[in-house]
Amino acid sequence: MNKNNWKKWLDPLSTAWVGIVSHKLRSFLTMLGIVIGVGAVITLMSVGKGSTAQILSNIQSMGANLVTIRGGASTFGGVRGAMGGSNTLTMEDAEAIAQQVSNIFAVAPSSSSNLQLVANDENTNSQVTGVTTDYPSVNNLKVASGSFFSDEEYQRGANVVVLGSTVAETLFGETSPVGQKMRMGSMIVTVIGVLESKGGMMNSSDDAVFIPLTTLHQAVAQTRTAQGETVVSSISLTVTEENKADQVKEEITSLLRTRHRLGASADDDFNIQSMSDIVKTLSEASGTMTLLLGAIAGISLLVGGIGVMNIMLVSVLERTREIGIRKALGAKERDIWSQFLIEAAFLTLAGGIIGIIGGWGVSWLIDKMGVVSTVITSDIVILAVSVSVAIGLFFGFYPAWNASRLNPIEALRSE
Amino acid sequence: MIQMENITKVYPMGKQELVVLKGINLDIKQGELVAIMGPSGSGKSTVLNLVGCLDKPTSGNYYLEGKEVSRLSSTELAEVRAQKIGFVFQQFNLLPRVSALANVEMGMRYAGGIDHDKALEALKRVGLSDRVNHRPTEMSGGEQQRVAIARALVKNPPLILADEPTGNLDSRSGKEVISILTSLHAEQGITLVMITHDANIAKYCQRTIYIRDGQVVSEETYEQE
Repeated sequence: MNKNNWKKWLDPLSTAWVGIVSHKLRSFLTMLGIVIGVGAVITLMSVGKGSTAQILSNIQSMGANLVTIRGGASTFGGVRGAMGGSNTLTMEDAEAIAQQVSNIFAVAPSSSSNLQLVANDENTNSQVTGVTTDYPSVNNLKVASGSFFSDEEYQRGANVVVLGSTVAETLFGETSPVGQKMRMGSMIVTVIGVLESKGGMMNSSDDAVFIPLTTLHQAVAQTRTAQGETVVSSISLTVTEENKADQVKEEITSLLRTRHRLGASADDDFNIQSMSDIVKTLSEASGTMTLLLGAIAGISLLVGGIGVMNIMLVSVLERTREIGIRKALGAKERDIWSQFLIEAAFLTLAGGIIGIIGGWGVSWLIDKMGVVSTVITSDIVILAVSVSVAIGLFFGFYPAWNASRLNPIEALRSE
Repeated sequence: MIQMENITKVYPMGKQELVVLKGINLDIKQGELVAIMGPSGSGKSTVLNLVGCLDKPTSGNYYLEGKEVSRLSSTELAEVRAQKIGFVFQQFNLLPRVSALANVEMGMRYAGGIDHDKALEALKRVGLSDRVNHRPTEMSGGEQQRVAIARALVKNPPLILADEPTGNLDSRSGKEVISILTSLHAEQGITLVMITHDANIAKYCQRTIYIRDGQVVSEETYEQE
């Protein structure tokens, strides 16, 4: 009895296997479409996933717990002025936040101004950011040589500057900038530190120039609000834990609304963005890209599937007499269609597995060549295999059904 | 074993109808060896197809081992073929790309499952023990037909139907094939019905049924031995 059950499964499988190996070239060509389709899905999805991971790790290096407040209206809803375009944030706001909002580490107000930088015979125009001593810890910046300015230097508004790595290289080339003097607008400042390179995209700290906020306020005419508070362009701060970001944002919002005397119906005149918001936006965008790449590859998989159907139809036609023989020997319709269906599913499964290995190889190569980093996750593999088998079953069904409905007498008569 | 009562078969041919069988009555006992003869177009192949449950009659009753089978569904007919009937064709109808053994095993595939040893035994029975792994394309016509007989008998059916089993063979191979078939009948008591146009072969049978224009026109019974 047991042996019979076992045979019940094995016999159709071996019949399908014989069908496959007795037509090697045809089986190979059938598989090829699926191999290419699955390979393309694996490769493109791994590229998509890889670049997503790369973007996310770049952002993480900027500090995952970072929350940034900028003056100006929220960008949501309607057309409004550019972020930071209005002077609504002040030093006093920053102090109030530091004192009254819980779950935060450090608060770093900053203001920036575009100034001409001249060192020796090199010059560049750069955005000079006035910051407090907390700024490097909040923004996850590290000093490569020299040091960041001290509290004492901050207090007296010393003429010292810390350069981003790119700016340092532009101005001083190979020579070490630490200790050298340079001109910044109308001031003469001393370089006391160079930041570690972090790479990354726009607004990279590599292009930044930092001076004490107090120094900036002396150098450039400072703006004051109607209440006489000193305007800053942004306030950045660190939350103690990433999942506290939303709570912190709420607290800051209500604090600032009170301080700015905004009525219940007025829009915020500032904009708070946590790093997790940015991560969310970017990963949504790159998720869409991955999906798009997957869809393109999916089309080639679909074409492969149609190829399977085409060849299975030919195969049924070519094996009409075989079907007749099998029917004469007592094969039921179920026996016939299951034979062809198993054959189609087997071909697409094998094609899928070969495609995964091939796609894996190609994405490994892409990664090694340094074009983009690639990541293969188990869900991509599972998806590709199940889709390829599903394609085999779907596109194999019609030919198999056709075969099972053949009249045995006519089938036996065919050449 | 086989009882046919007033069986007719009509094929639709466009707007016209082609009446192939005009009321066939047959009564074949268990263990009989019967030849069906008749000119081409007489309907003898259609009779064999109906006897073999490959097709359904337009009207009339067909009792196989006492059971009415003319109204069964195609799946039920397939089961009857699988369990009761072995076929031997003029064209051999072997799968060309697989071995003799695999062809014989296919005979059991739909009748309960493949038994390797039984397949080997069946090939031995037709004298092909040494050709087990050869493909049909590597065999003579006589050998191929013997493989086909092994395929038919391997599931131990009570009934074997042969449609001009020697039609594509030279006389020597034909004789071999006929002697195997008759010995199957003699030794195992299998009921054997075969179509032939060769009166010499019909002589081996106990009874010959002549069909002409879709009707049984005469019967002849020989005393064997």
